[in-house]
Amino acid sequence: MTTVLERVRSGREAAGERWRSAPRWVRWALLIAVIAFFYALPNREFYQYLGPIPTPGANFTQVMFTVSIYVLLAVGLNIVVGFAGLLDLGYFGFFAVGAYTVAVLTSPSSDLKTLWPWLLAVPVAIALTMVSGVMLGTPTLRLRGDYLALVTLGFAEMIRIAAVSSEFLKGQRGFNQIPHPPGQYADGRPVFGVLDARPYYWLVLTLIILVVIGVRNLTNSRVGRAWISIREDEDAAQLMGVPTFKFKLWAFAAGAAIAGLAGALFAGKQNFVNSQNFELLNSIIILAAVIFGGSGNIVGAIVGGGLVAYMIERFRGIELFGVELYEYRFLFFGVVLVVMMIFRPEGLIPNRRRAAEFKDRRKEVTVGE
Amino acid sequence: MLLEIEDVSLLYGRIQALHGISLTVAEGEIVALIGANGAGKSTTMRAVSGIRPVASGRIRFDGEDITKLRADLRVRRGLCQAPEGRGIFPGMSVLENLDMGAYTRRDRAGIAQDLNRVLELFPRLAERRKQPGGTLSGGEQQMLAVGRALMSRPKLLLLDEPSMGLAPMLIQQIFSIITEINQQGTTILLVEQNAQQALARAHRAYVLETGRIVKSGTGADLLHDPSVKEAYLGVA
Ligand SMILES: Nc1ncnc2c1ncn2[C@@H]1O[C@H](COP(=O)(O)OP(=O)(O)O)[C@@H](O)[C@H]1O
Ligand SMILES: [Mg+2]
Repeated sequence: MTTVLERVRSGREAAGERWRSAPRWVRWALLIAVIAFFYALPNREFYQYLGPIPTPGANFTQVMFTVSIYVLLAVGLNIVVGFAGLLDLGYFGFFAVGAYTVAVLTSPSSDLKTLWPWLLAVPVAIALTMVSGVMLGTPTLRLRGDYLALVTLGFAEMIRIAAVSSEFLKGQRGFNQIPHPPGQYADGRPVFGVLDARPYYWLVLTLIILVVIGVRNLTNSRVGRAWISIREDEDAAQLMGVPTFKFKLWAFAAGAAIAGLAGALFAGKQNFVNSQNFELLNSIIILAAVIFGGSGNIVGAIVGGGLVAYMIERFRGIELFGVELYEYRFLFFGVVLVVMMIFRPEGLIPNRRRAAEFKDRRKEVTVGE
Repeated sequence: MLLEIEDVSLLYGRIQALHGISLTVAEGEIVALIGANGAGKSTTMRAVSGIRPVASGRIRFDGEDITKLRADLRVRRGLCQAPEGRGIFPGMSVLENLDMGAYTRRDRAGIAQDLNRVLELFPRLAERRKQPGGTLSGGEQQMLAVGRALMSRPKLLLLDEPSMGLAPMLIQQIFSIITEINQQGTTILLVEQNAQQALARAHRAYVLETGRIVKSGTGADLLHDPSVKEAYLGVA
């Protein structure tokens, strides 16, 4: 067992080493091939040749849109959890704030009756999620320990309850006729329609790429160094002159803004937003996805978010001994997580630093005994 | 005086860890703070570096009142601590750790110069510059913590038990480096349980007992003080 594990581990390390030592053009070519693959993926002409990959029980293009939203969320949460080391258990709450801001400003069912176009509501949604992130973070990020986890958990639950029971947010009835993103083909048909999910998927995919480029630049800067130092040892970071509170707040607000963007995209695609979209479980799934992929690593977060969202949908429509596997999807998910945490706590594609931190922590445990 | 602590008290919740302590450090000195486990030595350091707020009293540094100043701004003023238990960044390489020490600085030339100086002081670190901090031995981590604090080019260097958990050979080595750093012009406030070495190296020293300063004097005086001998030097 262990030897198999070790062989897998050393195999992956060798792969990582080969990637890092490969010439620049090889890496670029591979990267472009991967991106091209994902742009092509929702086309039936392409995915029909991919064997078991398309989902049998659901429209594959729709699934890919959901997956892309989860990937965007995972990239955002990775800033908070992975880089700055802050435990945010209510990340989906910010997604809800983004979606509801768009709904309230654009939908004819809204009491405001502002009927804004979608595009105008998006920056407001992002700004508002950022503000709610700052409001939530300002009192809690000064404190150490588990306060943030509790407060974010409470926040997400508060948003959900407000969505369910407040008259303004329309509960189960929800908001309908939320406008789609703008754009028309030459023949006058809208690009972003009701039936075809591909343009939405491509839009989210493009935004993911832009966000990842931004996050990468940030993490390679002084800001990124500050975040990593806070995650590794907050006291030491402060002693080296890092304004820890400010940088934690920044990470938290940046993560919130990305979730707000995802919520706005979701609302613009769905056309309809109601209180059923925002269960607590979603926050946990995204957090698990980030940890599963390897928190602190952007590629890990993308793979984690994508795989988790995809696997959950993949179970749909598969029957085994007369039971629909989809019913048990979270059971499988839980088992996989537990196994991962035992054999590979640093995630599928860990950050190299992060792996060293884990080793260090293990050493601390043994020394403390 | 470079540092003046005046009647400082500090609370952890309802536990009072410091009961109105006063001490001073003049420019160019090594001042040692000795005391048993739990006496409040690290707490004093936390009050000075600002990672714990004080309940009452005043702290002056370089002529200015810093009692209410945020910790990161104190580093900018020239006050830097190597934390107790090393507190290095385990996932960062030796060089990245040292680079974090210079976080508040922007003068590239000066940083490069100080990096060379630190690597000269600690040749072991130079050999391991690419290695993650968490994989260093205890002694190497201790050196990294001291070197990292030096990278901020502090006016006052705070060292919290730099000899903790080290082999006797390494203890000697780290103390001679401390003396060397001081001779190169850095003022040092040194917390130690290893009273023998600390008193031998320090110009002046204070003895802390359950949150109160009970004795002070030159290093040599305290080294020969009968009650200090009995309590901290293991001589009957
Ligand atoms: N974070 C903390 N919370 C509560 N009590 C603490 C904390 N840190 C230290 N103390 C208490 O304060 C006293 C002084 O501790 P400390 O300054 O660490 O002592 P020393 O460094 O001299 O060994 C001890 O009684 C210790 O238990
Ligand atoms: Mg101590």
